[in-house]
Amino acid sequence: MTRSFRWLFPHPLLTVLLAVVWTLLQNEFTPGMALFGVILGIVITKATAIWWPERPGGVHVGRLFSYAMIVLWDIIVANIQVAWIVLTKSNASLKPAWITIPLDLTTPEAITVLAGTITLTPGTVSADLSDEGHSLLVHVLHTDDPDGERDGIKERYERRLKEIFL
Amino acid sequence: MSFEIIGTYLVGICLLIGTGFALVGTIGLLKFNDSMTRLHAPTKVGTIGIGALLLASMINSYLIGQGSMHELLIMAFLFVTAPISANFIAKVNIHKQSCTAPPPPLRDDTWSTLNVPEADRELAADPET
Repeated sequence: MTRSFRWLFPHPLLTVLLAVVWTLLQNEFTPGMALFGVILGIVITKATAIWWPERPGGVHVGRLFSYAMIVLWDIIVANIQVAWIVLTKSNASLKPAWITIPLDLTTPEAITVLAGTITLTPGTVSADLSDEGHSLLVHVLHTDDPDGERDGIKERYERRLKEIFL
Repeated sequence: MSFEIIGTYLVGICLLIGTGFALVGTIGLLKFNDSMTRLHAPTKVGTIGIGALLLASMINSYLIGQGSMHELLIMAFLFVTAPISANFIAKVNIHKQSCTAPPPPLRDDTWSTLNVPEADRELAADPET
């Protein structure tokens, strides 16, 4: 059972994602189109499976959803803060800083999501990864307390991502 | 107040929010004088600015009775691709040394952008060639 399942769905999550994207592209939900999306999801994942020999680890979907909500809220709050900085701070009083974050995450997927989250939140841009992938370089637009910023990212995002990517 | 009037007001508010943040992002892009701080302005336009405009488009499409879900896809693809381009611009800035040098990493030897392979050390030391 599991072997035939793995033969048919080399990447189950990618199959679901492709089916959802196909259905959204159609702009209307009909059973035929949803079925065609699932067929596309199976055919595409089967055809490209040879280039993706390793299956990424499990994802905790419920926690991923609450993480997405937290990030959306942070984006809104940070947008207003950064807009205020742009409009009121002069170039001379701006205090940009580099901060380095020691990473506890090890899987490439988790590090990618963390770096993407940091860039999407206005005020911080993830710039580079160290050569062995154990530290992340982040540029902050304006901060009085770089260490606090680093601890905030570790506490708010990285701790949650450790629980999402099993 | 009918449904249409409330919807129209919502569309208007979303458009104002979106264009407002796009304007602030552009001001930031023009005002800052360092390539790394400039990079922060477009990330703002890419999230709330575009997000509010797409929300306005979505509400409007349901108001005129031709509901559209394409905006969700646009937003999803934008959120996936925007950090990649920002990351590449940051990497170019580090590589060309057009910003203040980043501090060394806490755990490893060096940043991957500054990590020059053994065979290319001479070339890197002499940028004229």
